[in-house]
Amino acid sequence: MKILAFIESQDGDVKKTGLEIASYSRSIADARGYELVGVGFNIDNTKILESYGLEKFYNIETKEDNFFNVESYSDSISLIVEKEKATIIIVSSSADGRYLGPILSVKINSAYISNVVGLPTKYDPVQVKCSCFTNKAYNEKKSLKDRVILSLSSNSFGLKEQNKTCEFLKSTYVSSTKSLKVTEVDRLKGEVSIADADIVVSGGRGLKGPENWNLIEDLADVLGAATACSKPVSDMGWRPHREHVGQTGKPVASNLYIAVGVSGAIQHLAGINSSKVKVVINNDPEAPFFKAADYGIVGDAFEVVPKLTEKLKARKL
Amino acid sequence: MNILVCISCVPDTTSKINFKEGNSSFESQGVQFVINPNDEFGLTRAIWLQQKSGAKVTVVTVGDESCDPILRKCLAIGADQALRINIQAKDGFQVASILSTICKDKNYDLIITGRESIDYNGGMVGGILATICGIPYLANCIHLEIDGNEVDLQREIDGGKETLKASLPVVIGSQKGLVEEKDLIIPNMRGIMQARQKPLEVISPNEIKPATEILTFQKPDKKGPVKLVDSDNIDELIKLLENEAKVL
Repeated sequence: MKILAFIESQDGDVKKTGLEIASYSRSIADARGYELVGVGFNIDNTKILESYGLEKFYNIETKEDNFFNVESYSDSISLIVEKEKATIIIVSSSADGRYLGPILSVKINSAYISNVVGLPTKYDPVQVKCSCFTNKAYNEKKSLKDRVILSLSSNSFGLKEQNKTCEFLKSTYVSSTKSLKVTEVDRLKGEVSIADADIVVSGGRGLKGPENWNLIEDLADVLGAATACSKPVSDMGWRPHREHVGQTGKPVASNLYIAVGVSGAIQHLAGINSSKVKVVINNDPEAPFFKAADYGIVGDAFEVVPKLTEKLKARKL
Repeated sequence: MNILVCISCVPDTTSKINFKEGNSSFESQGVQFVINPNDEFGLTRAIWLQQKSGAKVTVVTVGDESCDPILRKCLAIGADQALRINIQAKDGFQVASILSTICKDKNYDLIITGRESIDYNGGMVGGILATICGIPYLANCIHLEIDGNEVDLQREIDGGKETLKASLPVVIGSQKGLVEEKDLIIPNMRGIMQARQKPLEVISPNEIKPATEILTFQKPDKKGPVKLVDSDNIDELIKLLENEAKVL
């Protein structure tokens, strides 16, 4: 039996989420005695995959197609699923992973389970714990098909190194004939995205206006963190909506989430619930966020945040 | 142009979530149901296309008669007609498969599903539906402009956005950004009155098996109380984050 891991990369480098997918898949392979096969696109430095337990890796060159083309990618992966007769396929919960999974599931006639937060509790058929109701609850889900794709929630498993000898192979890129084509990708340069960040610093209405966002940006800067905001802040146009985290915005599953001047509406808390450690800074001790947070400071953000930034800067030096 | 907007009825975003029957099913008693927010962004965009170019907007949901008030609300917002596929929704695969039978019959130019529902968060109906129908799917859609048969689209990606082109028909996964929160249409009295006269057709589908089954639900463990640090003692917070939480 075989398990296939879809390893994501950017600009030729394996993404951290790709290593987490490899680590998670390795644990399943070990538990079941399965062979672990990986697949990725246009990866320059594949060597690192040996340290995360892959035994075989297909690197697919897309040549003229520079962008993530979901149809071509899923067709190309389908070929490998069939060739290797993989029964468990693991993808990430990134924007691309969650885009690819459902489409691939139709092409390989498998079940698709998203928001997976742990290793399978049973096999044949696979049974696994998932989050639902935007992290307000969990459920235990069973696949009713012989083949299953699991989309692992980001940062729910972590990285585990394990050295293996890996066979590196190439495979065909199937160019899709569907009409949908990417013409341009606009990625913020030099900024950490919320999805990839270990730390996220988020601001709410308590910051009083967009002109005060340097507070958030300076703190994020010293921590190497991504910046985020609450729903009202994005609705009022203080910040772009790509920064909106919460139920209708982006989910956050960082190691550390720092909320400044965010009251903690139930929709906001749902979206950030999977973050491991939550810190709140708010001048209102009754703010609901204090009930959800691990650490808190009751105080004026305009005094506390610059001090925190200064002290973190000093600590780094 | 014919547009189909797939609607999911979900618990209001402020709902407390509870389970019944030994944690095997969702307790819907006392819960207010609403149009799934991601679907509502898509419905609003569809209504704009209706107002601009006379597109016909059909809304559809999979579920029992308890979904009818939500479909009436969609009609009050401006949809021309509603379909309800009278079967209990079991999982995203089953719902998408059932919807695909409707789509194959009716030749919609544009099919809109929400990026994901806020209850089960599967994020799969659009992708599975499109792939069964053999038409392209764009997830996390934040821009849609149609000119004749050509479509300009944008997808939100991690840390940025992607610009795409396609030809109709397409399926999109709508989300905030396609329209803004302030653009959402609140039905007026005239809309509500008209909605009563608009057609709401109930369809009995063939049984389609789901691909997954939910065995049990569980609520997250109760977390301990917050550790408060004095605002004059920021060093203490840094120490806690470093040594106790180990996140710095």
